[in-house]
Amino acid sequence: MIAIVDQANTALWMFLAFVAATLVITFFSARQSKGASAYFAAGRRITGWQNGLAIAGDYMSAASFLGIAGMIAMNGYDGFLYSVGFLVAYLTVLFLVAEPLRNTGKYTMADVLAFRLSPKPVRAVASVSTLTVSLFYMIAQMVGAGVLVRQLIPGIPYEAAVIGVGVLMVVYVVFGGMLATTWVQIIKAVLLISGSLFLSYLVLQKFNFRLGEFFASLTAISSTGPSGETVTRNFLHPGLIFKNPWDQISLGMALLFGTAGLPHILIRFYTVPDAKTARVSVVWAMLIIGAFYIMTTFFGFGAASLLGPDYVRVNGGTNMAAPELARLLGGEVFFAFISAVAFATILAVVAGLTIGASTSFAHDFFVNVIHHGRESRPGEEVKVARITAFVVGAASMGVAILLGPSVNVAFLVGLAFAVAASANLPVMLASLFWKRFTTAGAVWGLGTGLVSSIGLILVSPDFMKDPIFPLKNPALLSIPLGLLATWLGTVLSKEQPSEERFVELTVRAQTGLGAEKATDH
Amino acid sequence: MKDKISERISKDPEFVSLVRNKAGLIVPATLFFIVYYFALPVGAGWFPELMQKEVWGKVNVAYLFALSQFFMTWGLAFLYVWAAAGWDRQEHRLLRKFGADPKE
Repeated sequence: MIAIVDQANTALWMFLAFVAATLVITFFSARQSKGASAYFAAGRRITGWQNGLAIAGDYMSAASFLGIAGMIAMNGYDGFLYSVGFLVAYLTVLFLVAEPLRNTGKYTMADVLAFRLSPKPVRAVASVSTLTVSLFYMIAQMVGAGVLVRQLIPGIPYEAAVIGVGVLMVVYVVFGGMLATTWVQIIKAVLLISGSLFLSYLVLQKFNFRLGEFFASLTAISSTGPSGETVTRNFLHPGLIFKNPWDQISLGMALLFGTAGLPHILIRFYTVPDAKTARVSVVWAMLIIGAFYIMTTFFGFGAASLLGPDYVRVNGGTNMAAPELARLLGGEVFFAFISAVAFATILAVVAGLTIGASTSFAHDFFVNVIHHGRESRPGEEVKVARITAFVVGAASMGVAILLGPSVNVAFLVGLAFAVAASANLPVMLASLFWKRFTTAGAVWGLGTGLVSSIGLILVSPDFMKDPIFPLKNPALLSIPLGLLATWLGTVLSKEQPSEERFVELTVRAQTGLGAEKATDH
Repeated sequence: MKDKISERISKDPEFVSLVRNKAGLIVPATLFFIVYYFALPVGAGWFPELMQKEVWGKVNVAYLFALSQFFMTWGLAFLYVWAAAGWDRQEHRLLRKFGADPKE
């Protein structure tokens, strides 16, 4: 009993140290944040490597740290397939989105669409899509956070954990804006990388740094099967858990094309001075994210080999594989450290989601749709964003508490990626590269991508016993539907797209002529 | 005024060549990584025997192919950055020609 209390205290102290550090940052950011560009885009003065770390911190969620480690620990290779998709997706971001977005937009994805299309309808629909993606993703993170904190620090109930995470993310975003959010994400990325490096080092040490020995240990992992029998499996074989390859392909499509449409990732490109820095920052992010996902080999497979699936199942379940491995190899202090890293991971992601959602509501919906593109009072846009952050935080806390800890919310993350891939990315690309593209095409495309993703999820195996749609992720069908609607909406509308604006957009996207500049404090 | 600059830039041969250079790398590279990436779930799903073949000690084709995706991604990213340095020079020449400060 005393041991449990001590261990809880170590983890708790490390949580509190992280919280204290981030609050100090928020305090200093709040003093610097003057004006809309400072609040929404950190004054566009974040450097390439800083933004690279922040993108990595914004992106690598608890699902990827604890979830993938756990999946590999339980069923081997198939879990590693997730790791691959999460990185390769950044090629879409680098090649097609980052630089044109930075050159043509100001604060949100909708800025790109509104450049040459009729601003009000496209901003309104894009804002709905952004808020939907962000809320789905955030609820998944909040439920995950509640479950996790309860396991990591025994004695803290689910509701208290959800409220704690919610209050902190609102504080970062309301007071510190984008600058504080950025630094929370940078610190989290550094902690996550150091923690996984050390954990990987400890795993390899167990195998005397012989990679051959490490991999050989994975070929015969024993665990208890469904009817109590002992099963021995080769954990390097694909197909141990994913039986339908179409599921993998659909998920792969959601990852590969959805990452470049995630609003909280896209807005990070507005925090750097120019398109070239945006490019450099994606490459930094790719190095960090890639290094991290390669390391899932060591701590995921390491947990399978050193702890074994049976041990993981009875000691906190899938999500606790990485922390339990840390406990085995590094003792209670390292367990506490990895727990604190997991907590930091969640906080950095939800803070990014909150600022993404509130920026879109304030900039796209409030100022540009309701108030015709003008603030009625100076500073109103930032004020509305702060109120939205508060509302979004309260709403996601409320939903997470109502759903409770036992609801499986993993599908919400897949859904967020599917909406981003089927609605946001096709419309953004059409707007940048397709001359004939019209407002109707954008509205149809966004609407269809959004509705078809949600609709297909509702008739998928996650919701129905006899599913009408057999795949867990809707992307395989919802992306073609989104593309079709974008095309149909365009060719069927009588609207004459402004050629002059398209030329201006193209030149600006390709050369940066007239792009938003960095501001002074 | 600005619109006129855009209009003139868009007709400039240097701009046309800049866009063509970018597309010349981005389009084939994008097609390549899409095919290379989806070959992994296709292989894992429909060619398990090939994927289970052990190549280096106990390490099989499946793991090496997955690992190669990371290096493919980094490789293409560096290729892009290398090519983009040339595009940046072209872009600066172009903007200077039209009296726009490329630093602005």
